[in-house]
Amino acid sequence: MNADHHVILRVVSKGLIPIIILFAFYVQFHGDFGPGGGFQAGVIIAVAVILYALVFGVPAAMRAVPPAFTRSLAAIGVMIYAGVGFWAMLQGGNYLEYQALFHEPPGEHHGQHIGIMVIEIGVLFGVSGAMLTIFYAFAGRVAEIRDEDW
Amino acid sequence: MQGVLANDMGIALVNIFLLAILFVVAVAIARMRSLFAIVMLSGIYSLVSATWYVAVDAVDVAFTEAAVGAGMSTAVLLGAMLLTSRTAKPEHLFSRIGPMLVCVATGAALIYATVDLPALGDPNSAANTGVGYTYLEINWYDTGIPNVVTPVLASYRGFDTLGETTVVFTAGLAVALLLGFGERSLAEMIRREDKGGARTKGKGQVPTAAKDEEPS
Repeated sequence: MNADHHVILRVVSKGLIPIIILFAFYVQFHGDFGPGGGFQAGVIIAVAVILYALVFGVPAAMRAVPPAFTRSLAAIGVMIYAGVGFWAMLQGGNYLEYQALFHEPPGEHHGQHIGIMVIEIGVLFGVSGAMLTIFYAFAGRVAEIRDEDW
Repeated sequence: MQGVLANDMGIALVNIFLLAILFVVAVAIARMRSLFAIVMLSGIYSLVSATWYVAVDAVDVAFTEAAVGAGMSTAVLLGAMLLTSRTAKPEHLFSRIGPMLVCVATGAALIYATVDLPALGDPNSAANTGVGYTYLEINWYDTGIPNVVTPVLASYRGFDTLGETTVVFTAGLAVALLLGFGERSLAEMIRREDKGGARTKGKGQVPTAAKDEEPS
């Protein structure tokens, strides 16, 4: 980048973005025990990429996380979620009946844990992909965020 | 008894303090003309309301509000603001009267509706006696997951959450189909950079493809 008076912003956000993404994964996989889950984690991941785009420019963010990837990610997320339903049906249960995933009697929780984990990953993919697609749709229309825009 | 009373007093003070901040921020948003300041203030509004949700023990809602309201929508609004002018146009006095009347009427209707609402945490309210209580009772046996919000969201109401995820996906798809994927400016810029070698791109040098698709 050119003559750069956002150097503090860049340095600080470079350190912060990995931590934000790490926190998103904590929120994702800790959703069973505390507040949080796929939706929140997906939004946090999307915000980390958007922060990168706001500080380093949209083209840099698009090169790191291409728009084709984000929109595929959104579709794949919904497919993962719906796929768990079909998995349960293949095991002989109803749609999205996690208890049927491993043919467990009521009171055993393996299927519930795995099922919820997988659909939360689907939600994570779907939400972060859709949010980034929306952001790119808006921000991709301007070539670069100029200094006067701050 | 004294302790309980003091505790209630403290919670009431916190509620009044947070709601007062919300009110002040809302009035400031309504009176302001600079769009950048409005976007920032709406982020602050979300953050304060998230704090208030924590105060009324709705931690998951607070988390979502903080992530979506304060993080995501602020960032998206900042991105959208780059496409338009920086300040809102001042309106005439007469054109403000209609919206004002709508606001006052809606506010009066909402305040009238709160008279019938059960008190916060009332054990006999509809939310706490029906299916919500059943979830709290049987959740541990059914799923073995400590945070009851997650099984309600993902297991008992799995169909709803599948619908929500699909809605989010559809929203992203609809925006992308209406506004484009935003790739054209990027493709142009990458081509230019690859052709021109390292770092010849100057400030304010807008690629032609991005200019072409500006709304007329």
